[in-house]
Amino acid sequence: MIEIKGIEKSFGDHQVLAGVDLTVGTGETMVILGRSGCGKSVLLKLVIGLLKPDSGQVLVGGEPVPYDRPGDLFRMRGKFGMLFQAAALFDSLTVGENVGLGLKENTSLNAGEISRRVKEKLLTVGLDGAEFLKPAELSGGMKKRVGLARALAMDPEYILYDEPTTGLDPVMGGVINELIRDLQHKFRATSIAVTHDIHSAFRIGDRIALLHEGRIVHVGTVAETKATRNPVVEEFIEGQSG
Amino acid sequence: MVNVTHSRRALGNTLEELGRPVLSFFEDLGGAFTLIGRVLRASPGLFRTIDLTVEQMFKIGVESLPLVVVTALFTGGVAAVQAAYQFQDYVPMRYLGTVIGKSVVIELAPVLTALVVGGRVGASIAAELGTMKVTEQIDALETLAIDPVRYLVLPRFVAACIMLPVITIFADILAIGGGWAVARGSLGVDTHTFTEGLRLFFYVRDIFSGLIKALFFGMIISTMGCYYGFQAEGGAEGVGRATTRAVVSSCLSILVLDYLLASVLFRLIWT
Repeated sequence: MIEIKGIEKSFGDHQVLAGVDLTVGTGETMVILGRSGCGKSVLLKLVIGLLKPDSGQVLVGGEPVPYDRPGDLFRMRGKFGMLFQAAALFDSLTVGENVGLGLKENTSLNAGEISRRVKEKLLTVGLDGAEFLKPAELSGGMKKRVGLARALAMDPEYILYDEPTTGLDPVMGGVINELIRDLQHKFRATSIAVTHDIHSAFRIGDRIALLHEGRIVHVGTVAETKATRNPVVEEFIEGQSG
Repeated sequence: MVNVTHSRRALGNTLEELGRPVLSFFEDLGGAFTLIGRVLRASPGLFRTIDLTVEQMFKIGVESLPLVVVTALFTGGVAAVQAAYQFQDYVPMRYLGTVIGKSVVIELAPVLTALVVGGRVGASIAAELGTMKVTEQIDALETLAIDPVRYLVLPRFVAACIMLPVITIFADILAIGGGWAVARGSLGVDTHTFTEGLRLFFYVRDIFSGLIKALFFGMIISTMGCYYGFQAEGGAEGVGRATTRAVVSSCLSILVLDYLLASVLFRLIWT
């Protein structure tokens, strides 16, 4: 379970998050919707400890994120996998090395076992045989899939998705959505996805939250979100549908 | 009254304008020292990054050699020509080797090698890490529970600290060789006279002084490159700015540290 309690975050004079409260149940996928620049990615970075909140706290499995204890923070991150908006693959490494890096650095697995795990994860995302390619040789959709394989490599309890379909054509976006959905059924990881793509949100989310002006203004299942009379949610849905 | 208020405000703005770069300088200095502290704390993890360190040693040392060869040969040549010009009619040419040898191993080889390598390597490190920063690759490393300081900075820091002294030894030999070639070829000083002068007043501690300087210069070049690379933000423009600042700061710091080290080594330790 991930519990976000009263999180506030400002950059200079600009307050991005003004008291966010949200609970993501074990094995649940929560999608956080919001306009570009509303602080969705900041919220994800606060959850995994890449940023520190000005006030409030995040509990992961009941334990507060140890922002001021780097050693404990790295240990906690071992339970996470994260897919970045632009995949953030390491340019200098091959696809296989990208996927296996976390295993190489954090486990005592030998090279053969790491290679086997890398192949398995690449097969899961439909990229078997791609381990020797460089990120520069991949399309946008392939990069996202490699990013997903890398996020899954350590069999994480928690997965964070930052704009999983941004920058992809609708067909590839659909492929990524299906892939995320399949992975959720397979791994049952507690997940948070942030996106401004309402179609993606409805496809991958168990519940949807809407972040607006630094606060969560709506939380509900996909059906509840579609049926809500909350004007901010309606405006968001209509804006995207229209 | 209005004029006085206006003047005070203008003075305040001017002081603020002058103070900002000074504050920024001390902020960067503090940041660079903090980074060195983090590198030292991460150093027990060095054995896990041996392969990356060897890769960086190749990039910093071996790939810099062509630049160092040209710099050293011509530095030695220029030292010979200028020493001969200053010697004329006053100092016997048997001291030409002495002057070239001393000036090369104590000052010219370590400092000029550091400046050219600092430009090349400092820029390369800042651009590489800066690009990783703005494309979230450093965040990605952190989410994989990998400390970016141990994985990215430590190998570069150790490689630069090892390779700068190594290439300075090459530069010492090549610069003296360049000086000898010019002395023999165009100044009419034969090999025996040149080497005789080279041996005169030769102290091993002079070579060590140059190598100690090179070690510190290696520390500065890698730290500045990594520090400004980590500070990059805002896309390609930010990476360009980080690269420029890394090179400028490295070069200035090398010159300032050269003076400080010379003062410590030759006025306190070797006296």
